Amino acid sequence: MELTEIIKPENQVYGKPRLMNDNPMHYCPGCSHGVIHKLIAEVIDDMGMEEQTIGVSPVGCAVFAYNYIDIDWVEAAHGRAPAVATALKRLNREKMIFTYQGDGDLAAIGTAETIHAVNRGENIVIVFVNNAIYGMTGGQMAPTTLVGMPSSTCPYGRDVALNGYPLKIANLLAQLEGACMVTRQSVQTAAAVRKAKKTLRKAFENSMAGKGTSVVEFVSTCSSGWKMTPDQSNKWMEAHMFPFYPLGDLKNTE
Amino acid sequence: MEDIKLMKGNEAIAYAAIRYGTDGYFGYPITPQSEIMETLMAEMPWETTGMVVLQAESEVAAINMVYGGAASGKRVMTSSSSPGISLKLEGISYIAGAELPCLIVNVMRGGPGLGTIQPSQADYFQTVKGGGHGDYRLITLAPYSVQEMADFVALGFDLAFKYSNPAMILADGIIGQMMEKVVLPPYRQRKTEADIRQESPWAVQGKLQDRKVNVITSLELDPAIMEENNNRFQAKYRKIEETEVRCEEFQCKDAEYLLVAFGSSARICQKAVELAREEGIRLGLLRPITLWPFPKKTIEAYGAQAKGMLSVELNAGQMVEDVRLAVNGQTKVEHFGRLGGVVFTPDEIIAALKEKLLKP
Repeated sequence: MELTEIIKPENQVYGKPRLMNDNPMHYCPGCSHGVIHKLIAEVIDDMGMEEQTIGVSPVGCAVFAYNYIDIDWVEAAHGRAPAVATALKRLNREKMIFTYQGDGDLAAIGTAETIHAVNRGENIVIVFVNNAIYGMTGGQMAPTTLVGMPSSTCPYGRDVALNGYPLKIANLLAQLEGACMVTRQSVQTAAAVRKAKKTLRKAFENSMAGKGTSVVEFVSTCSSGWKMTPDQSNKWMEAHMFPFYPLGDLKNTE
Repeated sequence: MEDIKLMKGNEAIAYAAIRYGTDGYFGYPITPQSEIMETLMAEMPWETTGMVVLQAESEVAAINMVYGGAASGKRVMTSSSSPGISLKLEGISYIAGAELPCLIVNVMRGGPGLGTIQPSQADYFQTVKGGGHGDYRLITLAPYSVQEMADFVALGFDLAFKYSNPAMILADGIIGQMMEKVVLPPYRQRKTEADIRQESPWAVQGKLQDRKVNVITSLELDPAIMEENNNRFQAKYRKIEETEVRCEEFQCKDAEYLLVAFGSSARICQKAVELAREEGIRLGLLRPITLWPFPKKTIEAYGAQAKGMLSVELNAGQMVEDVRLAVNGQTKVEHFGRLGGVVFTPDEIIAALKEKLLKP
């Protein structure tokens, strides 16, 4: 059988999401962002919400998220995405609004905006990528960096006496009345990806149903910042990140 | 039948905002401007015009809500007073960098730091010289009456949308707190999504099939493109400087000496001009209404004929620098001010005029 006979639309079993464009991604090999972007693009398309969706990108590695998913975007100042999304949703109630934020953005500089947006129960989705490090600026300590984990600003490992403890901000957010869903997911295996996509869709549906804020944390890797290969990163994440940031729903209101 | 009411300047801002068809107000309480949000909350415009009013968790959150609302093409505003405006400057820089229209109200109080809750004009530099980071400009309107507080809401929004640039009403505690009669503007419709898609095609309203994606950002890593962006901003600023200057002249035509003052200071200076003329001093008043763009040409022209100018400000000498630049050495320019929330009297202004300019 010739290749041309095989490569036909009816034989296609998998493809790039329609809303992902062909711009070369700036993410490092092994980075979790690419997979999470893909899931968001698929969910928006599956829901038929392309024309109603506005994304808010953060400051951090995902600052250029707007270059990859073909929807309207607003690029927010560092940590301020939940405030930006608050107004977008309140002034455009029929639109689907989400923020995409890293750990520094959401759990350090933007802690106030995050807590208050969730506490108000804004009908938005917060996608939170927690790789326990500042990737964009070159691997500095994050609020979620594990105890003993090295970074360029804690080269001998996070020292509790000096830096305090890693912040389990999702646990904190799950306590808030305004949150309808707070969950931890990952994307290092095919099974995890499938589960994460289902969860993400539920989060977006919650926002359109007016149920309150949905927070989807992705426990993620940063091969460059962690100074490991992608494969080592996944193993390290499973061995060290998952015990401290256990996967699963912290809150899921039906 | 005119709709005449007696109210505070802060209240006038709130009523004018509702009537203008403003889509959203986002604020955080701070003296001496809290009546703006209090009035809006009491009026509940979300039940009449559909205007959203939200008390944010901080000034920082409020200005970023304005950024988000403006990004979607809506008419959005915030208000604060000096220390709160300092917190908003990050967001204002982003809004200017993303070329978004919005209205910001600063009812100034004395500083620096937490300062005082009494009136001041010490944020002139902060407002017209930048304040936040980067080369940007804020269209700045300085009301000197409760009527202008009401009128400048529409003017500020109109200019902001005309140039896709943030506009600021720079008032102070006197204008915000004093009560005067005011003719409220007529009601205007809020924009529909179709209006926004047509009038602000850059706005994020969801990507329809027939257009490319809209991205609101101030980020551009390529310095060549970033320079082009900056050149575009500067060209816009030059156009605003050419076309949008507003300045009021009060008894200037035959004046030998001129006071230059804005906002509440100009109000006090009007009385000083009357008193001086009773004494036989031919005094006039130039009142910049737009602080940026600054009325350079008018001041330059009067600089050629006046024997001296006194810049009268509730600060340690800020606008006087722009007056001197405009006059460019043609005549003597001095400054008179009171600081930290103390307000001068007309007599003090005349005494300062005599001391600094009339003394042989």
